[in-house]
Amino acid sequence: MSDIVTVENMCLWYGEHQALKNITIKIPQKSITAFIGPSGCGKSTFLKSLNRMNDLIQGVKITGDVKYNGKNIYDPSVDVNELRREIGMVFQKPNPFPMSIYDNIAYGPRTHGIRNKAKLDEIVEQSLKDAAIWEEVKDRLKKNALGLSGGQQQRICIARALAVKPKVLLMDEPTSALDPISTSKIEELTVKLKEEYTIIIVTHNMQQAVRISDQTAFFLLGELVEYGNTETLFSTPKDQRTEDYITGRFG
Amino acid sequence: MKNKKIFENVVHGVFLILGLITVGCVLLITVYLFAAGIPAIREIGLFPFLFGKTWESTSADPSYGILPFILTSIYGTAGAMILGVPIGFLTAVYLSKLAPKRVKAAVGAAVSLLAGIPSVVYGLVGMLVLVPGIRKLFHLADGASLLAAIIVLAVMVLPSIIKVSITALDAVPEEYEYASLALGATPIETYFKVSVPAAKSGIAAAVVLGIGRAIGEAMAVMMVSGNVANMPGLFESVRFLTTAVASEMSYSSGLQRQALFSIALVLFLFIMLINGVLNLLLKGKKEA
Repeated sequence: MSDIVTVENMCLWYGEHQALKNITIKIPQKSITAFIGPSGCGKSTFLKSLNRMNDLIQGVKITGDVKYNGKNIYDPSVDVNELRREIGMVFQKPNPFPMSIYDNIAYGPRTHGIRNKAKLDEIVEQSLKDAAIWEEVKDRLKKNALGLSGGQQQRICIARALAVKPKVLLMDEPTSALDPISTSKIEELTVKLKEEYTIIIVTHNMQQAVRISDQTAFFLLGELVEYGNTETLFSTPKDQRTEDYITGRFG
Repeated sequence: MKNKKIFENVVHGVFLILGLITVGCVLLITVYLFAAGIPAIREIGLFPFLFGKTWESTSADPSYGILPFILTSIYGTAGAMILGVPIGFLTAVYLSKLAPKRVKAAVGAAVSLLAGIPSVVYGLVGMLVLVPGIRKLFHLADGASLLAAIIVLAVMVLPSIIKVSITALDAVPEEYEYASLALGATPIETYFKVSVPAAKSGIAAAVVLGIGRAIGEAMAVMMVSGNVANMPGLFESVRFLTTAVASEMSYSSGLQRQALFSIALVLFLFIMLINGVLNLLLKGKKEA
């Protein structure tokens, strides 16, 4: 399996505060990689630097290499909009646009120039099917997406992200605002999606990481403490800090 | 304990009375306008009054047709909106979404100042700068015209449009914008395809508020519009509903005076209509 995202000696500062220290990690494609760690450990910050969403925060400085398909994404020649099309994102809080379900899904393709109605219909249907929500919404595509339940909204957001045909899907605690049933639906969906997509998921829920991920990375205080096969990391952690965290001694 | 309760009731009563003062004023004005405005309409006839093309209140054989005023008010307001809405709306988008903090603060302060300038000052500047400018530019005998009034009104409605639109745009949750950017949309695409639609009812309210401001303005337009009861044309001297009332009231008598009240009533109905629309828009916003 080849690595789709490779990061070397990456550091990130918010003004004077160093939030990430010398992160080096290789993420294989078409697998699920989980980032775990206590609040404020930098896992979300790291995730957002993979599609350059951190650019939106003032005073962020990044050094080191962050490569996607072998190309440094912070290189001035990189088209950040194109990058974000290839590396999609699902947020912690479901955030569908205040428009119809159809328009939510069609937003991305339209932005990237697809105008043909039949083509859009096809993309919308396929994306909703891929996000396992087609059956629930197919009769009300023209209804406002904000009328759906939280779990449904989150799957709409996943469908919206899939509609631009990304290669990588970044998920920032996508189930933390959801009930257990919706959570398990999203988890099942995520496992299914890894056949087609590379998924990187930040989670505060260690059981979730165990259930769905292939690799796990443990972050603490801005450092990547340990990274490896999920089963190995949880059964025989190499680092004492990892062991303390996964056995619940802190966090 | 008992004293406390009496005190509570008294305070309650005071607040109630204060609240009723406002409502009372509105009611009083409404009742008075209807009472004062209807007799002249009865005497002149509703149709000749509203659709008569000539207003000659002081001639030996007076005629009281206010269509020129109604159309002037409508054209003037529409013209001010055509100029003012795009400028105000785009300024609001810029200030809310794109401008650096310092620019936003500086321009915001300027907009507030613009809102605070008395209308007579707008009129004065319009009279001294705009009217001669229009006269020279278009080679007219007199620059005081509907066009001058439209330009002055357009500037005057900017603060309401900008401020209310900014409030609406600032209230759009950042999550929407992040979601759009994360899909690969550019910031400008994001603002116009996500933020603006999300704020549309607030922006519509801003426009309606601007319309209300424009149609109700008297002093500034009186000073630059020439104040002659012509049917409106861009370069004609014209008279608005507001200025029709203001310019003749001091020397009016009899039916002429009553007709002025009737004009005020028509203006009042326009304002009520606009307020009704505004309330609908704001209500729609809450439900959405």
